[in-house]
Amino acid sequence: MSFLTYLKDGISLGSVYAIIALGYTMVYGIAKMLNFAHGDVIMVGAYTALMMITRAGLPALPAVLIAMATCTILGITIEMVAYRPLRKAGSPLAVLITAIGVSYLLQNIALLAFGADGKTFINVVSLPSLNLFDGQLVISGVTIVTVLANIVIMICLTLFVKKTKRGRAMQAVSEDRDAAQLMGVNVNGTISLTFAIGSALAAIAGVLLCSAYPVVTPYTGAMPGIKAFVAAVFGGIGSIPGAMIGGILLGVIEILGRAYISSQVADAIVFGVLIIVLLVRPTGLFGKNVQEKV
Amino acid sequence: MAMLEVKNLSISFGGLHAVDDFSVTIEKGELYGLIGPNGAGKTTVFNLLTGVYKPTEGKISLDGKDITGKNTIEINRAGIARTFQNIRLFKNMPVLDNVKTGFHNRYRYSTVSGILRLPRYRQVENTLNERAMEILKVFDLDKEAAILAGNLPYGKQRKLEIARALATEPRLLLLDEPAAGMNPNETGELMETIRFVRDHFDMTILLIEHDMRLVAGICEKLSVLNFGRLLAQGETAEVLSNPDVITAYLGE
Repeated sequence: MSFLTYLKDGISLGSVYAIIALGYTMVYGIAKMLNFAHGDVIMVGAYTALMMITRAGLPALPAVLIAMATCTILGITIEMVAYRPLRKAGSPLAVLITAIGVSYLLQNIALLAFGADGKTFINVVSLPSLNLFDGQLVISGVTIVTVLANIVIMICLTLFVKKTKRGRAMQAVSEDRDAAQLMGVNVNGTISLTFAIGSALAAIAGVLLCSAYPVVTPYTGAMPGIKAFVAAVFGGIGSIPGAMIGGILLGVIEILGRAYISSQVADAIVFGVLIIVLLVRPTGLFGKNVQEKV
Repeated sequence: MAMLEVKNLSISFGGLHAVDDFSVTIEKGELYGLIGPNGAGKTTVFNLLTGVYKPTEGKISLDGKDITGKNTIEINRAGIARTFQNIRLFKNMPVLDNVKTGFHNRYRYSTVSGILRLPRYRQVENTLNERAMEILKVFDLDKEAAILAGNLPYGKQRKLEIARALATEPRLLLLDEPAAGMNPNETGELMETIRFVRDHFDMTILLIEHDMRLVAGICEKLSVLNFGRLLAQGETAEVLSNPDVITAYLGE
């Protein structure tokens, strides 16, 4: 029975990773850059929701919506101020280094504003827990909401990308930015939209993560951000289902590793798995192995 | 009024004058050819016309409207569409979606109605599907609508590129070496298609081509570029018998 409990915890944590990984993978797929500041947007989302609940006294749902709006604006602003001017500069390294810079900037602003001490997060999910097998397996409301949110987001996002005009524009930009532009697709606008969606999802992930592990510090987003990146690469970066499967697998591996092997090396196991997967399948589980024709 | 009027167009990259003092006037409904040896600056002219490069000097007007120095999206909206020398389809998207991407600027619904699938979304998407299928039918691609563009045979990929460009509802269509890599049969078929597009869509077409059979067969007028400069211009037969042109192509 304890195995089922671990599995449930793993799927729950993995769902959060999956939601974060979606942001990574979409930005990579469309803007061809790694937004290492993505993890810290989660932290901003968590703080915003917390402030809305404790300081402004709002109920949970409006607080989460405000957090999403804040992160959306933050994401678009980061893209416009920090990344867009560098996109024309040519070197992908410049954007990568800037992303790391933005990550530290966000962490330090949070440090200045909220201090280094962790703040206790309030569980935003008021759903009752589900007791199975005479109370041997307890599935908390947060877990249920997290997993459901993950599934709903995944379906909506897939439909959006495959079936709508903006989604087609995203695919087109992802495949050939110049050709898309010459067909009248606004490339900068499409990239902004990608950042907006990714950041709004980051806010949801932040709230869910901090509801399950109820402390928020300026560094809350850093480690989940890195792990979600691993999840995205694991699943095949650029692929939406890949991010979801990668995230959940990673969460399960982490929790099972922590439970059955050692809680100290759990993170090492996670990254070890990444190395093995990349050795066997360099493009990840769902990545396409594209060979350039000469 | 001329559909396209280019006056004294020049661009230099460092010290290299890739295009130097190029002028051309293309009337509505004309099938116009731009030819010249490799490296003469033909594709550069296309890149200038579509706003990929900004000209160092000169003026471009489309249907009387000055479009010099505008960006690619504005120029596409103004009515210039193009295909590419090396096919640049969205290979991992279905054939139908490639054409629908071309419609991007012509039909609108908000992102929100796309996410929530409001009636407006369905209505526009239905119209898009119908319009895209119409265009695919013209190119005899309607049966392949659902397959990925990258899986089409080469000749059909070329056709799809033209279809996608037409979906942006241009007034002027630029074709960059449409017959490149085609066998004589495919080229013959392509000539029919180009003529048909001109008549059926009432299109003005400017094309770059090396295949002299195609050029002589369908172009009404020609401009010849050599080392970025205009070498000859006029009626096709006249230009092709011009001794300077023959020298540039075949050497002394």
